[in-house]
Amino acid sequence: MSESVFTQDPTAVEYIQHHLSNLTLGEGFWSVHADTIIISWVLGALLLWLGHVVGKRMTTDAEPSGLQNGIETVVEFVNDQAQSLFPRADPLIGPLALTIFLWVFAMNFMDMLPVDLLPLIAQWIGQNIFGVEAHNVPFRAVPTADLAVPFAMALVVFGLSIVYGVRKKGLGTYLKGFLVHPFGKYLAPFNIVMSLVEEIAKPLSLALRLFGNLFAGELVFMLIALTGFAWYMAPFQAALGWVWTVFHLLIIVIQAFIFMLLSVVYLALATSDDAH
Amino acid sequence: MNIFWTLVIEMISFGLFIYFFGKVLWKPLMQAMEARRRRISEGLAAAERGQRELEDSVNKAEERMAEARSEAHELLANAQRQASETLERARADARSEGERIVSAAREEVDQAVAQAKDQLRREVGELAVDGAERILKREIDTKAHNDIIDDLVAEIR
Repeated sequence: MSESVFTQDPTAVEYIQHHLSNLTLGEGFWSVHADTIIISWVLGALLLWLGHVVGKRMTTDAEPSGLQNGIETVVEFVNDQAQSLFPRADPLIGPLALTIFLWVFAMNFMDMLPVDLLPLIAQWIGQNIFGVEAHNVPFRAVPTADLAVPFAMALVVFGLSIVYGVRKKGLGTYLKGFLVHPFGKYLAPFNIVMSLVEEIAKPLSLALRLFGNLFAGELVFMLIALTGFAWYMAPFQAALGWVWTVFHLLIIVIQAFIFMLLSVVYLALATSDDAH
Repeated sequence: MNIFWTLVIEMISFGLFIYFFGKVLWKPLMQAMEARRRRISEGLAAAERGQRELEDSVNKAEERMAEARSEAHELLANAQRQASETLERARADARSEGERIVSAAREEVDQAVAQAKDQLRREVGELAVDGAERILKREIDTKAHNDIIDDLVAEIR
């Protein structure tokens, strides 16, 4: 899969390195991943627009139209999951679970686009509008394969679970939990370490699970893209691409679902009556 | 490659999206589904109520039908009784009328017979007087002997 942006055909290493670099604005500490932010905002806005369209044509008839029916199915599914795990009515848990599921799914779905499509568009824009040499315009299309997005969501969920825990048990009881759990009050120093590890492992595993799955999926697509080094490899490449696309379609739905489910579980744990 | 600010921006974005998803998608859809659920359960309740009402009215209709039937029976029986009474009265009237007519006719016949008898008697009396005159060949003083003839007549009667 040759790219015109390189002076000559890139080596496999160059190709992959280029695809794993973010479109970065700013220097050092102040740098931001513009590609991640743009794609995530566009997808979020798209989902909101979809919701707005459905909301405007909303009907309480017995037979809602196709789009509303589809979105209602998703909302009802998310609501069932959230309610089965979160027995108390909570105004935040539903929108949170819905946002995670839809947004993560949409961002994961960027992996279903051809792996070079969005980078090529970005390079064309960079070259023809901003006058930057195309080779210097890297672009990563999948926000959830960027460490920042999974961690951002995991940290928000983590912060919320602390807020919920403190609100439920009171600050004193919440902090005391770190001292007496899990080995009783005589092993307090050890307990603090254990509890901290346990608490920190939650957002860490939550974020890394999503990131790892999507990063690996993206990488496999790149490797498949690299198999097209000669014309007679094209059928082989197409077959591989198709197989991995089907398999990955399963993964992106499951990962979105797992992220949503675990977030709700962590929040439910934080507000459960028994100090775990 | 420092992801700190990307992380912060995405955290804020996530928070904002939760807010807007809740406002634009979650709340209206939940309300719509709740409204539909209520409407369906109301519809089911109404259907049940309608079923019950239908049963009630069927029962009531049957009751009224039975009432009407018994009333009709009563009316029919009354009419029959009245008809037979009328018939009986008419028959009795006819019988008495017939009897009256027969008795009147009989009376008339009796009168006629009596009249005929009288006339016969008188004629017989005259004949007897005539016969006696002829036998005696002499004028009988009618005045003198009227008493005798009258006696005779009375005897014959």
